Order: sequence, then structure tokens, then C-alpha cells
Amino acid sequence: MAADPKQQATDERLAALTLPEGGGWLGAARKDALGRLQAVRLPGRRDEYWRYTNPTPLVQTAPALDVPDQVEDPFAGLDTLVVTIDGDDISVPDTVPDGLEIGTLRNAAGADIHWAKDVYGRREAAGSRPVSRPLAMLNSAFATNGLVIRATGQVTQPIHIRTTGGTDPILHHVVKVESGASVTLLESGVAGARSNIVTEIEVADTGTFHHIRVDGPVRARHVNTHLFARLGTESTFKSFTLSAHGALTRNEAVIELTGDDAVSHIAGAAFGQGDFHHDDTVFVTHDAENCESRQVYKKVLRDGAVGVFQGKILVKEGAQKTDGYQISQSLLLDDDSVFLAKPELEIYADDVACSHGSTTGAIDETALFYLRSRGVPERDATNLLVLSFLAEAVEEIEDEGLRAHVSERLADWLSRD
Amino acid sequence: MLEIRNLHVKLEEEDKQILRGVDLTVEAGKVHAIMGPNGSGKSTLSYVLSGRDGYEVTDGTATLGGEDILAMEPEERAAAGLFLAFQYPVEIPGVGNMTFLRTAVNAQRKARGQEEVSAGDFLKLIREKAKALKIDADMLKRPVNVGFSGGEKKRNEILQMAMLEPKMCILDETDSGLDVDAMKLVAEGVNALRDEGRGFLVITHYQRLLNHIRPDVVHIMSEGRIVQTGGPELALEVEENGYGNILEGAA
Ligand SMILES: Nc1ncnc2c1ncn2[C@@H]1O[C@H](COP(=O)(O)OP(=O)(O)OP(=O)(O)O)[C@@H](O)[C@H]1O
Ligand SMILES: [Mg+2]
Repeated sequence: MAADPKQQATDERLAALTLPEGGGWLGAARKDALGRLQAVRLPGRRDEYWRYTNPTPLVQTAPALDVPDQVEDPFAGLDTLVVTIDGDDISVPDTVPDGLEIGTLRNAAGADIHWAKDVYGRREAAGSRPVSRPLAMLNSAFATNGLVIRATGQVTQPIHIRTTGGTDPILHHVVKVESGASVTLLESGVAGARSNIVTEIEVADTGTFHHIRVDGPVRARHVNTHLFARLGTESTFKSFTLSAHGALTRNEAVIELTGDDAVSHIAGAAFGQGDFHHDDTVFVTHDAENCESRQVYKKVLRDGAVGVFQGKILVKEGAQKTDGYQISQSLLLDDDSVFLAKPELEIYADDVACSHGSTTGAIDETALFYLRSRGVPERDATNLLVLSFLAEAVEEIEDEGLRAHVSERLADWLSRD
Repeated sequence: MLEIRNLHVKLEEEDKQILRGVDLTVEAGKVHAIMGPNGSGKSTLSYVLSGRDGYEVTDGTATLGGEDILAMEPEERAAAGLFLAFQYPVEIPGVGNMTFLRTAVNAQRKARGQEEVSAGDFLKLIREKAKALKIDADMLKRPVNVGFSGGEKKRNEILQMAMLEPKMCILDETDSGLDVDAMKLVAEGVNALRDEGRGFLVITHYQRLLNHIRPDVVHIMSEGRIVQTGGPELALEVEENGYGNILEGAA
């Protein structure tokens, strides 16, 4: 009998990895994750959840690409607390703002008792029900480092995780926002030819977490990220991702609204051409009353690029007064590009307002002609229309300064294409 | 300035002839008006001159200052000095009016080998021109034409024209949808641009606009041809008697 390809791929990958040393709470969490992974195995082409995206480049033992060059810092010029990551080497600044604790996973592993113990692997495990997320399990088992961040007060200076190097890193961040606290996390830089990054976020009652991730214009890059968040009563979670190019991106966001009156907004703007495959996979669970969730995803695809959106809103029994909104849209700049969308609503409460929509469109020829008739060259006119299309997702960034900054980078990168 | 010779145009997708031999010359410094029944081809003429897709020139020529404009891309025609104020200005969500205008002005300057205008100079200029057209700061900031009233859209077209300072201005029913005061504003905007070096082609259905923008020549278009050409009195005749007599005379 031929070997099961999923089993084989999983065995090969596991054989190529070593479980980082150390016992303690982290060692136990790693073993737990490894056990869960072995039970479900790494994703294969036939898996329903990977129907539109071939997981092979993320699963295979070594990255298929060379390490790309770094790109400029999209947050340059802003007052941020920069934490640099080079491979799994992390430098945390000596002084941090009041109300903030920040350290590395490696250091946290050595502590007998650590708050991260209650988050690490826990949110990920919860997020693997009902759909398993084996690449995140792999991450929980084998992550070599990551950040542990805890906000206990209103932290106004954003934390900027700036990745400056790496080849095939597996990083795992853990964030806890305590009751009444708030923090903003920025991410940028190229984390290698391939990266597997998991971020688990626990937002306690009335806490606020903002997240902006910018993947700059690098073409040869395989990215796999997972955000797992649990939201307490009256808490707020807002996450935005800009992806400029990248051969393969699979960004998963798994959000659980477990406290009443919580708010979760996630958004993404992506553009790419040719060898570009961009997949946003989102799972939002409403498990409390009067919560609001919103997902806004926009992709611009050119020259045979592929965009994927899988978005599910699950409203559990008793999650009354849920306000759920989801939109995924693509702008196809030619006939060769495709957008594959699978929006899903599953509702077990009767007093809810949920809407979702997905559209695929071409450039508005009338608008294009109008711009050109005023002297704007075709390419620039197209870029203006692309920008206006993506603007709706970028608008989801709440902070005006950060929003303007990201918009400017976006315009600049588009004009250089 | 603008010379159109024997222009024949059909739809690209269908076998439908729309312009059937248009001959028209607009000299620098002159205002020509075109009137004509609905569907006679006036807008088509303006689109073909400015380079919109979907039309096929089957015969004839059009030159601007001696240059063959039909061979040019729309943006090249604009840089060469052609401007069309649209009958139906287009809404562009997400693109700020001001950003749009600055991009356009600078793109044209770049195409002509001139330096870009600085942000400061641009702002000063646009404020001044917008004020004359009673376009407030809010309208400048809003996305292009989005949520503008019909009249505001038309005034916005004239603002663009004033900023771009084209050599040849084509106005397609800029008066339709305007109230009496707005019509005066628009006419003043146009008259302020009248000079020796600039030509105008004003498409309209009503004599009223021509009271404010005095034309030198009036043409009547019917079924894709200019069927009669005369002085301002021709517009008065249309106003009074409609097209009946003229079209019969032409037939
Ligand atoms: N893209 C198109 N597809 C189909 N028919 C078209 C198209 N463009 C123009 N036509 C037809 O060509 C004819 C001329 O239209 P055009 O818009 O040029 O007329 P007009 O003189 O500007 O009319 P109005 O005074 O009503 O604005 C009409 O019969 C119109 O239906
Ligand atoms: Mg018309």
C-alpha cells in the first residue's frame, strides 16, 4: 500500500525539526501541540480548508526560495518602540514605556510561573476547533523564539516589531492586554524566504489591542501567519494587514468574542501580480451578546495573480444582538487573474444582524478615461483607481497618523511597480 | 486650432455609423457652438476627439494645432491642450478632488517638459479659482464628484478647465442642470478663459447659455453631420422654431 502523502509529508517535516530544549511550562505546551499535530497531520492539497491554496511550500522541509532582500521600514519617522528580530535573535529595548512589559519567549520559558503559560498554545488550541490549524500547531511545538508582551496600562507609543533577517523562522508571540489597558503593535520587515508566525492575543475586559502589519514589496516570499485572539467584555481588537506582493501568503485570523459588547475589526489590503497567491482565511466566533465584528478585505490582482478569501462568521446560540459585517472584494486588472472567495455565515441565535458580501470587478473604464482625459497617464490613472479601491480597507486603521503613513507607503509601492 | 475633416465614426462593437462626415474648424480665439437634436452625435464627436474607447474612426481627420490627435492617447491629447467638460462628469470614490487635480496638472506639465508646480503654489492657485466658482474647501477635499449635486459637478468641470488652461476647450452641455446663478458663474468662468490663443466648442441645447457666452459661430448637427452653420442668430432661430425648418432646408 502506498504511503499516505499527508503522513509522509508530516513525518519528513518533523524529522527535519528539533524540539527546542527545556522543560517547564513551555516544554509541556510544546509537547501538547506536537501531540495535536501528529493527530491531524500537516495540511495536504486535498484538505477542504486548503482547497484554494496549495500548502506544499509551507509544509515542505525547506523553503523553496532564496532569502529575499530587506525592504525599507514602512514605519520610519514614527515614534515607536522598536524591537528587532533577526532570525530568532531578538533585541528588546532596555527601557520601555510605563504599563508595558516586554520580553522574549526564551527568557519567559525559564520562569517557573509566567502569565504567558495561560496563553501560549491555549488560544491556538482553542482556535483549532472546529477547523484544525496544523501549521499553527507546528509553530507552537517548534517556535524558537518570540515576544511576550503584556500591557497593564495605556501604552501610547506603538511597539514596532521590525524583522531584519532570517531564513525560515518559526516565531511565536504572546500578547496579553489587561483590563483597561491598551497597546498598539506594528509589524514590518521580511522574516526570511519562508516564515511561520503565530501571535496569540488575550484581550481582557475593557482592554484595547490594535495591530498593523505591513509586508513590503518583496516578490519571492512565502508567508504563513496566524492571529488567535480572545476578547473579553467591552474589549476592542483591531487588526490591519497590508501585503505588497509575496509569492505565497496565507494569513489566518481566528477571533473569539467571549465577553459581551466586544468589538473585533480585521482588515486587509493586498496587491500583487504574476506569481502572487494571497489567501486571507478568517474565522470569527460570536459567543457573547451585543458584540460587533467587521471584516474588510480588498485585493488587487494583475497578470495571473490569485486571491483567496475564506471568511466565516459563527454566531453561537445565545450570542444575541450580534452585529456582524463582512466584505471581501477583488479588483482584477486582467482576465488572467482570479479571486476565489468563500464567505460563510453560521448563525444559531435569532436576534442578530449579519451581512456579508463578496465582489469581483474590473477597473472602471469610464473613470479611467476621465482621469486620462485630464492628462493622467494610463498607468498612473490605474494606480489612482487601485488606491481608491484599497482605501476602504486602509480606512479601517483607526489612528489617523498611522493610516496616513500606511497610505503613503502603499501609493509609493504601487507607483514603483 | 481644431480642424475636423470629413470625420466618419462608427461604434467599435456594433455596425452602427454615428458620425457621417463632420467638417468643422475652430480658430484660435473663437467660440463655436454646436446645437442639434438628441442623438445627433454631439457627445460622440466630443468623445472621439478626446480619445474615448469604443469608437472607430472609419474616415477623416482631426488635428489640433496641426497635430493629428486621433493617433494620440487620451492623456497625450490633454497634454497637447485638449479639454472636454463632460456632459456627465464621472464620480471617482476614494480619490480626493485636490489630489486628482494636482496629479493632472503635474502630469500635463511633465508631458510638456515643464517643472511640477509646488504644493504651496498649487494650493494658492486652486483656492483662488475655486472661490470664483463658489466651490468651497470641503468640495475640494471630497472624492472627485462623489455626492456632488448636478450643478456642483459642472462647476467642478470648469474648475478643472481653469486649472489645466487648455488650448481647446470642448464643453458638452455644461449648462444642463444648472440654475440661473450657477449658469452665470460657469459662463464667467469660461469668459475669463477666453483669449486670443484659445478656442472653444460649446455644445448646448439652449440659447440661454449663449447669451452669456457669446458664440462667434453656431453649427447645427443632425444625424452625424453639420447641416448648417451661421452666426449667433442661428441659435435664436432654433430657440424660437426648433429644428424643423433647418433640417428640412438641409435635406
Ligand atoms: N457606446 C454607444 N453604444 C451604443 N450607442 C451609442 C453609443 N454611443 C453613442 N451611441 C448612439 O449614437 C447616437 C449619438 O449619441 P450622442 O450621445 O453622441 O448624441 P448627442 O447628440 O450628444 O445627444 P444628446 O443631445 O441627447 O446628448 C445615439 O443614437 C446614441 O444612442
Ligand atoms: Mg450628448
